[in-house]
Amino acid sequence: MKRSFICLTVLLAGALLLVSLLFSAHLHEQSPLAGWQDKRDLVAALAITDLSLSSEARYTRHVTQADLFSAFQDFPAAFEHFPTGSMIPPRPAGYSGRVSFESSQQAQP
Amino acid sequence: MILNFKLLEYSLSSLWRRKEKNVALMVVYALVIATLGSVLLLTHALKTEALMTLSAAPEIVVQRTQGGRHELIPVNYAETIAGFPGVGKVTPRVWGYYYDSLIKANLTLMGLGGYHEQLELLEGRFPQAPDECVIGAGVAEAFGPQIGNLLVLEDSSKRRSEFRVTGIFRSRSNLLTNDLVVLQEAALRDFFAMPNGFATDLTVEVYNSREISTIAKKIAYFLPDSRPITREELLHTYDSLFNWRSGMMLAVFVSALMAFLILAWDRATGISAEEKREIGILKALGWETSHILGAKLREALLISLSAFIAGLLLAWWHVFVLGAPLLMPLLKGWSVLFPTFELTRVVDLYQLAVLGCVTIIPYLACTVIPAWKAASSDPDDVMRG
Repeated sequence: MKRSFICLTVLLAGALLLVSLLFSAHLHEQSPLAGWQDKRDLVAALAITDLSLSSEARYTRHVTQADLFSAFQDFPAAFEHFPTGSMIPPRPAGYSGRVSFESSQQAQP
Repeated sequence: MILNFKLLEYSLSSLWRRKEKNVALMVVYALVIATLGSVLLLTHALKTEALMTLSAAPEIVVQRTQGGRHELIPVNYAETIAGFPGVGKVTPRVWGYYYDSLIKANLTLMGLGGYHEQLELLEGRFPQAPDECVIGAGVAEAFGPQIGNLLVLEDSSKRRSEFRVTGIFRSRSNLLTNDLVVLQEAALRDFFAMPNGFATDLTVEVYNSREISTIAKKIAYFLPDSRPITREELLHTYDSLFNWRSGMMLAVFVSALMAFLILAWDRATGISAEEKREIGILKALGWETSHILGAKLREALLISLSAFIAGLLLAWWHVFVLGAPLLMPLLKGWSVLFPTFELTRVVDLYQLAVLGCVTIIPYLACTVIPAWKAASSDPDDVMRG
């Protein structure tokens, strides 16, 4: 009886700790932009477009601003110079700065 | 309740009889969950950080491409873009990269035009003279200067340029500013020997967020050599980037999960003669198959729930307390300046629920199915082996 009581207590304490950690984190995520405002102010002031996570190459430093056809980042199986490059996916098909117009939409400036 | 406690006591005694085996299994189980949980917690925290902060980025960034490569953009493109209805301010940005041979690291140099209000994440002030600069915490750590000291860089003609540090971004912003050196725009043009009338790219303010894609289309149409990048595309890139990173890491660690499941399967299917005899005795004493299955299920649940809770707590400690030191090298690559940052504690409960399902349910099945096979056999046969 004593052993089962101790076991249950430990299990419940662990579960309670985990649930409270996860719940607090979940609440933090649900809360509006309050906790992020200082970082958002910084992003807006400096017009930052990327995270400063991997600075080994320009296309890993500024993932969103990289050339569409930079070497070694065309497809996942390509040989890659930099380790983090293999952790960055190819751009989704059709996702690019190119835009097509229907003929009915075209107008001269 | 007393009966339940007694049954639980029985299951615990049964586990205790094979304690070495069960403890070893639980440790491996918890480590597998901790590894997979760490990947999920880390990538979700980074993704949330990117999406929450970069949603304040410029609505559109316009680059110029030539021969498929990013080229400097004429500043007069801004006038064309500013003429579109719904467009606010169009600002030329001057920025670029600088490789420092002394610390062997890449820095991002950014030019800042006009007056900027003081930011909470900046200790000190923005540069107000051509020979002043603001640096990220990573740059300060690598070069060693403090506010008031000099930062020495070599310009495009390899001449020594000295900048007085007027501010350092606080470490809370490391994920955004770690390798940044912010100079006045004119000073940076001079440093890069960038011709007047050109900029690295343009940022476009759009009043109505629903018009962003339409304006991007107009820019691409009227300025065919331009490449507009909308904020939505920017966020989409980070969303898919971290999904991919998470997927790549999980693909590596899923082999650990498979190895564990094989171990569990082997242990469970190769039910020992002692366990078979125990099941036979219980049946001979009058236990029904359902009672035996209940007892085995309780044992499996005790192991898997304990391992799941311990594994997730370990993952939490690894990612949010220690800063994921075992996974960071994958993100770091060859970067010399790598930010030390505190991850925001956010979780995706759905992901963790899926993790629970893919680890707990197979283990329960591995344990209960062979017990059911033994329990449904004749007790005499089972006891005789």
